[in-house]
Amino acid sequence: MASRSRPALALCRARIYTAPSARPLRPLSQIRWQSTASSEDTEGVAKGTTGTSKTIKFTSETYPEIKRDSKFAEITEDHVKFFKELLGKEAAVIDGVTKDATDDIEPFNGDWMRKYRGHTKLVLKPGSTEEVSNILKYCNDNMLAVVPQGGNTGLVGGSVPVFDEIVINMSRINQIRSFDEVSGTLVVDAGAILEVVDGYLAERGNIFPLDLGAKGSCQIGGNVATNAGGLRLLRYGSLHGSVLGIEAVLPDGTIVDDLSKLRKNNTGYDLKQLFIGAEGTIGIITGVSILCPQRSKAINVAFLGLESYEKVQEAFKAAKGQLSEILSAFELMDNQSQNLVQQVTKNKRPLESAHPFYCLIETSGSNSEHDNEKLQSFLEDVMEKEIVSDGVVAENETQVRNLWGWREGIPESLGHWGGVYKYDLSIPISELYSLVEETREKITKAGLIGDTDEHPVVDVVGYGHMGDSNLHLNVATRRYDKNVEKELEPFVYEWISKRSGSISAEHGLGLAKKAYIGHSRSDTMIALMKQIKKLYDPNGIMNPYKYI
Amino acid sequence: MSALRILVPVKRVIDYAVKPRVNKAQTAIETAGVKHSMNPFDELSIEESVRIREKKSYAGGVEEIIALSIGPPKSVDVLRTAMAMGADRSIFVEVKDGEEVEPLAVGKIIRRLVEKEKINMVMCGKQSIDDDSGQTGQIVAGLMGWGAATQASKVSFGEGGVSVEKEVDGGTETVRSQLPMVITTDLRLNEPRYASLPNIMKAKKKKIDKITAEELGVSLEKRLKTLKVIEPPPRKGGGKVEDVDGMIAKLKELGAI
Repeated sequence: MASRSRPALALCRARIYTAPSARPLRPLSQIRWQSTASSEDTEGVAKGTTGTSKTIKFTSETYPEIKRDSKFAEITEDHVKFFKELLGKEAAVIDGVTKDATDDIEPFNGDWMRKYRGHTKLVLKPGSTEEVSNILKYCNDNMLAVVPQGGNTGLVGGSVPVFDEIVINMSRINQIRSFDEVSGTLVVDAGAILEVVDGYLAERGNIFPLDLGAKGSCQIGGNVATNAGGLRLLRYGSLHGSVLGIEAVLPDGTIVDDLSKLRKNNTGYDLKQLFIGAEGTIGIITGVSILCPQRSKAINVAFLGLESYEKVQEAFKAAKGQLSEILSAFELMDNQSQNLVQQVTKNKRPLESAHPFYCLIETSGSNSEHDNEKLQSFLEDVMEKEIVSDGVVAENETQVRNLWGWREGIPESLGHWGGVYKYDLSIPISELYSLVEETREKITKAGLIGDTDEHPVVDVVGYGHMGDSNLHLNVATRRYDKNVEKELEPFVYEWISKRSGSISAEHGLGLAKKAYIGHSRSDTMIALMKQIKKLYDPNGIMNPYKYI
Repeated sequence: MSALRILVPVKRVIDYAVKPRVNKAQTAIETAGVKHSMNPFDELSIEESVRIREKKSYAGGVEEIIALSIGPPKSVDVLRTAMAMGADRSIFVEVKDGEEVEPLAVGKIIRRLVEKEKINMVMCGKQSIDDDSGQTGQIVAGLMGWGAATQASKVSFGEGGVSVEKEVDGGTETVRSQLPMVITTDLRLNEPRYASLPNIMKAKKKKIDKITAEELGVSLEKRLKTLKVIEPPPRKGGGKVEDVDGMIAKLKELGAI
């Protein structure tokens, strides 16, 4: 449908044309990360969207075993009238109940991977914490199910409705409330976009302690609600450590103001930790206070080619030993993932010859001479010992961004053929890549992989945050196919369970992994978690059918 | 047919991706603590020289590619990058930190070195992104009495000499010249390579010869005085409105309706 692409475009990241011109180049004032969409789009893909412009299949059709819970009320015109009066502005309510607003509502119904799609007819966009409180109280009193939504970039279908849950989108609550330049404490609305917030901090010499490929669209509230990990967890730690305080609204409308700006506050149970990673199931986060570190002046990026996974582990050990405090990222990519990125972006590969594995190493420090020296001796050492076969070092900012593009651009490139089965796993580091090899073998034996359209699978790739022992196993497909899903699940989860790993290292449970939580958590733990859910959300209106 | 001996001037400038800020006194751009790297057009020059050698585009071959930088002590970083990309050795004319060298002085230094090193091709960037003068290549050609093909988007060698496609308004213009000559590089000429690890290691062993402007008999006396440096007026952003009501209100405010 041609009309689909316009609302979808609204969620896209900006593209930068890298076509050279005769004029000297000047940097754009708000450069987004280099789009991996090729400038000659020969396959008719709507520019910037993931996958093709085919319609997304309804979740209720893909997973008919999930049934709408009859305890939830159906949305009526009276409900819509209430919300319209409550929120006042025309922009705050997308009403698909009293009229047809399918095109306007589509972006809120479908997820980024084009794998899940709900049936909601009502989207609310509150402008303040009070409005969120009034909305939730009304929904709780009237048994209306809701889905809190931020940038809708989640990878487990947690941010879109399954049936007719009302979408509460936080985009309008997006201001930076305050920033203390001495302590580095930032207080920000939940709907603020990550890249915008980081840009604000950059002007003041600080950095947001979280970075991920979706930064141009994802919102802080969503990041916290999913306890996002990202590219720099290795250096800045998890959100459980950097978030100082949270302002949230409980399902019954109570505003929980725990927006402390204190670095240390040992006064009672640290309840904000419940909201971090709760995926919108016990309340909606409306504000966050977070500790932001100093932005490093000296950044270096090296892109290395290695011959085996054993060598990758050796390189990692060497990096930790020789780069130690300046190491800020250690990312792994396999050759298959780089091939797919090249097919989509048509960019020139950084290294001349192909290598089975690639590592992207980033250092961040306060003194460029000191860092350069450390990096040079590290690189000399790993080259000499033949741990690394080849590599390049970025000589300027533009090259830094281009090299990162080969890692950050993988998710978007993978979706190019139509679909991706994504697995985000914590695995003991010595076995990290074995899962990719075994999965590839299994899919090949089943005859599902190939270059022609009759084969659903394009390739099986592995990449991820080596530094955190976190693998992203992805199966790029031309379409979502039950045959492929059968080969992958529960195989992947059982493999993980055997090694006591995590079936969701950082992406969360959402809808995709709700059924598999038992592979990583004991029954006791699950029971305790259900108690918490019942305590805070007795009516179960918050993001039902997901998480726990 | 004699081999090519190419001199490639390279300049250390504020990194192209960094937003430059004017210093408080409004006399210059703030450089303290700011990321610097090689002038992007100079990357094109080094890349082109190395390609001419690798592709054996010139029948006589390339005997030597010498990188030259005139600047503060940290300019050696840029020379190391040039050598990691394929330059054989470097010449470094050191000046005091913060001292600006004008294109005429640069041109005169290059002239002396061209004579000293028996250079028959000077390949430089069409302009540097800090002062945007765009004069050095042309000045060198004038001083030497050589032909200059500026804003090159393609360089080829043949029976008749060196053919250069130049970027001009509305398209390209092709000129032909005999050696020795000056070529200034423009964006479409090539895509500069990354500095590879093996080459970075090799570059450590390559020579950097230091020499002063005085030894070359060139005065760095300035003929221009910078009176003031100010940022251009900020672009007045458009405003975003949330809905039709907001748009009507804004139009009324602007007196448009």
